[in-house]
Amino acid sequence: MVKTEIKRIDSQKLLKETNLSKKAALLQYLAQQCRIDVFDILHEKGTGHWGGAASAAELITTLYFHIMKVRPNEPEWAERDRFVLSKGHASTMLYTVLSNRGYFPQSELSTFRTLNSRLQGHPCMNKTPGVEMSTGALGHGLSVTLGMALSAQLLKKKFWSFVLLGDGCLNEGQTWEAIMAAAKFKPERLVLMIDYNKVQLDGNSDEIMPLDPLPEKLKAFNWTVAPKVYDGNMVSDIIQSWEWMQKQTDWPLAVIYKTHKGKGVSFMEDNHKWHGAPIDEDNYAKGRPELLKTLKDLEVQS
Amino acid sequence: MTNQSIAMRDAFGQALVNLADKYDKMVVLDADVSSSTKTIEFGKIKPERFLNVGVAEANMVDIAGGLATCGLRPIVSTFAIFLALKCTDQIRNVVCYNNLPVIFVGGYAGLSDSFDGASHQSVTDLAIMRAMPNMTVLVPGDPTEVQTALEIALENNGPTYIRLSRNPSPILFEKQPLMEISKNRKLSNGSDITMAVCGIPTFMAIEATEKLMKLGVSVDLLQVSTLKPLDIDSLITSVSKTGKILTIEEHSVIGGLGGAIAEALGKHCPVKMDYIGIEDVFAESGPYPELMAKYGISVNAIVDRVKNSMEK
Ligand SMILES: Cc1ncc(C[n+]2csc(CCOP(=O)(O)OP(=O)(O)O)c2C)c(N)n1
Repeated sequence: MVKTEIKRIDSQKLLKETNLSKKAALLQYLAQQCRIDVFDILHEKGTGHWGGAASAAELITTLYFHIMKVRPNEPEWAERDRFVLSKGHASTMLYTVLSNRGYFPQSELSTFRTLNSRLQGHPCMNKTPGVEMSTGALGHGLSVTLGMALSAQLLKKKFWSFVLLGDGCLNEGQTWEAIMAAAKFKPERLVLMIDYNKVQLDGNSDEIMPLDPLPEKLKAFNWTVAPKVYDGNMVSDIIQSWEWMQKQTDWPLAVIYKTHKGKGVSFMEDNHKWHGAPIDEDNYAKGRPELLKTLKDLEVQS
Repeated sequence: MTNQSIAMRDAFGQALVNLADKYDKMVVLDADVSSSTKTIEFGKIKPERFLNVGVAEANMVDIAGGLATCGLRPIVSTFAIFLALKCTDQIRNVVCYNNLPVIFVGGYAGLSDSFDGASHQSVTDLAIMRAMPNMTVLVPGDPTEVQTALEIALENNGPTYIRLSRNPSPILFEKQPLMEISKNRKLSNGSDITMAVCGIPTFMAIEATEKLMKLGVSVDLLQVSTLKPLDIDSLITSVSKTGKILTIEEHSVIGGLGGAIAEALGKHCPVKMDYIGIEDVFAESGPYPELMAKYGISVNAIVDRVKNSMEK
């Protein structure tokens, strides 16, 4: 199949946009652009995880281009905000967003999962600039991020510590240990973000391991939980959730985002089979036009 | 050797207190056993740098990982059995994979939690910790080495495991040079057999050496306080002279000191080897010295094993 080139956004210009609704529209476009890049890489390599990466496109894009204070040319800047991708299998989305943000050249993305690459199958902090913690085994992210938030407290720093969990991490007992511990220590600016697509590897979370009523559970564990479930595939909604976070004083914070696994390709959405299956020629040819059409529609809006 | 004994855990609690001001980035974490491991002594003087995370060891290790990424120097303490077994994934995937400077202090190791029984006795921790890339493994041989081990770990830019016992141990090295990383301590010069020992059985090996000397067997005795990276050179020098070696440890004979030395000598200088340690079994409840003796770790067991090997 001939790959149609896409119109790429000037991501550095986007960072300077001050009109919030304009910026939201640009970010929505950028997230879709990243989703297409991920789709292309996964097809090219024949290995990697599509479902969970597509699910988190808008969340990771909005974090790095709107919410977090970072310095891509100084990745170790001590005051930077931290982000941990606890669902490490979504690595391709993190890499694509980081390269767009300026941490490393976009040309490097196609080295994903090849020998000598800095882009490991799952994120590795000592290989990839911008990656704050190596993940892959599920269930570590919240504990580690709690450690970062506690560091901010001990070192009298003001950085935010964000962690993104999927349903799978919330199956792990360790996550609930961390939920209890975070409510005990209450470090400031610790935010648990949940990519709540309700689909895991083997099936829907309702059949694999039901998590509902999730907001009530988190509240019962003494967390401050956002008053609504936001649309995690909608940048304007994610921005709204950030507005809410900044007004809070009772820590830690949990925000649940309704998302769709495999978002953007209709026959892959909400289907566990596309958790980690390679994207073959046929499905690539069927899926890519859908992604391109959405990108085109977003262009009109922005 | 003096007659004075100090419990290894008390030496540890005291060392934390002694080092608290020198290392102001030090944060101590414990999992609801701080009164037993004695980290509570640090908690009393530096409450803001002491985190009791409850009975959730895996979470504790990863919190420490997060602290280490931000420049703090976490010391994670609980019983060795729980550290090595309930946190293996966290130690491997978060701390060692990222080469983070987290210090693990496994208390109550070996059979030293003797009355609590096999559920609490840690005889595979060295095998596990040693197998992790980037990990440094230290085993102090007497109470005076505990603080030195901690200082070595605090100066190390990667993960360190320090294995401690619960019980009193005679003071052996008070008047000797300080323990150094990857340097075996020569405790006796001999030519008939090499003995290599780590941890609490060190005092037994010293006594056994004296007895054997009286029986006409001269022992080259090395105390190994760093299992990884191992000081191979002094072992090679010794066995080149004696032609045989007996290892002695309060750990399974699989994968601990004996395993480490067998790997090294097998490659560089193969000689006859024998191992004293817990055979491949679970032990049981009982008083510590009797328990050690029943499972083959005692002065007499060492003497008998050497005598046997000399007859062959
Ligand atoms: C400890 C551990 N067990 C199993 C796996 C294999 N695994 C990878 S992803 C996954 C399911 C993840 O589901 P979810 O968090 O809902 O992923 P998302 O849809 O958000 O991408 C599983 C079981 C793993 N990576 N780690």
